[in-house]
Amino acid sequence: MNFNATLIGQSITFIFFVWFCMKFVWPPIMNALETRKKQIADGLAAADRGKHELELAAKKAGDNMRDAKAQAAEVIAQAEKRAAQIIEEAKMAAKEEGDRQLAAAQANIAQETNRARESLREQVAGLAVAGAEKILRREVNAQTHADLLGQLKAEL
Amino acid sequence: MATEYASSGEYIKHHLQNLTYGQHADGTWGFAHGAAEAKAMGFWAINVDSMAFAIGLGVLFLFLFRVAAKKATAGVPSGLQNFVEWIVEFIDGSVRGSFSHQNALVAPLALTVFMWVFLMNLMDLFPVDWLPFVASMSGLPHLKVVPSTDPNVTFGMSLSIFFLVLFYSVKMKGAGGFFSELAFQPFPKFLFPVNLLLEGVGLIAKPISLALRLFGNMYAGEMIFILIALMFGGSWVLAVFGGALQWAWAVFHILIITLQAFIFMTLTIVYLDMAHAEHH
Repeated sequence: MNFNATLIGQSITFIFFVWFCMKFVWPPIMNALETRKKQIADGLAAADRGKHELELAAKKAGDNMRDAKAQAAEVIAQAEKRAAQIIEEAKMAAKEEGDRQLAAAQANIAQETNRARESLREQVAGLAVAGAEKILRREVNAQTHADLLGQLKAEL
Repeated sequence: MATEYASSGEYIKHHLQNLTYGQHADGTWGFAHGAAEAKAMGFWAINVDSMAFAIGLGVLFLFLFRVAAKKATAGVPSGLQNFVEWIVEFIDGSVRGSFSHQNALVAPLALTVFMWVFLMNLMDLFPVDWLPFVASMSGLPHLKVVPSTDPNVTFGMSLSIFFLVLFYSVKMKGAGGFFSELAFQPFPKFLFPVNLLLEGVGLIAKPISLALRLFGNMYAGEMIFILIALMFGGSWVLAVFGGALQWAWAVFHILIITLQAFIFMTLTIVYLDMAHAEHH
């Protein structure tokens, strides 16, 4: 165990190596490690955020679905109501129309009756006139008159 | 292999001698042949093998990590980047666990300490004769391939860390604060010489224990590999037994080299944490 200048040489070498390591080796590697650590942390945070967003979206989708269902039910109810209303209206309209047509038909019938009665009256009057003419032409006796009149009566 | 040497003692000695370059007693410069010559060179000699392997392994570590750092992206990491990030995150976790202050130096320091010490220790798993054999073919008298079995290397690191500890102690607490930490506790103020002695020893013990623990463990491990390698010079039964032993010890050693690197790093962090901490 004899000491010599190797001691100094080794010290200088050691100091140089430590300096080199501190300057050119340690920082880039630590830098890469830190960057990767940060990237991983960011990635995990992003994943967490994504999961949270997914949950929110699922919740929102559920809400939307429920709303849509409610709306659909409302629409259906309204439509049914409306359909019932339309049917009711149609019924009413049909009834009115029927009434109207019935009234028209009755008016028509009354008119026809009147007309028939009118023409009948004219014919009766004509007959009466004709009878009167016959009576006047023959100049017959009361008996004959009575016959004629009887005939007239029968005809009326 | 031990047959090349006059005795097992010489074989062991040969393996424990660094390749030292310095000035010989006669004034010429060159490699030392043997421990005595190396000792005679005094302080101004250098263990070429320790330095070469230490620098080579440090450059290998920094090169690999630099390549990964350059290509580092926040995306899916490639194989090398994955491996590097695994180690960096392990170091970062250790630093966060033991160091409770803000200092950009500590984590890169810990990474360098861990990887470098680990790689230097890893050289222990090379069979003890391979690289020295190659070296002797190319004319080098000695070669010790495990830099952390050279106390110069471990003390070089622990003393650098010790100066960092002193620097941050003074920077964080001020010279007065640091002194009062050493002098006015654990006993009351009037006993400050005793306090100073106790705390001073505690302070000095940090770098020494740090360096000696690593050196001692690796030296002992290396020694056992050398002793096992001696068996290969005996009968074939002994050689086979030695092979099995070497394999077993190498497997166990994987644990030791990692553990020692980890302990060195952790203590570095803890000492620096203590340097930053205010004492109450």
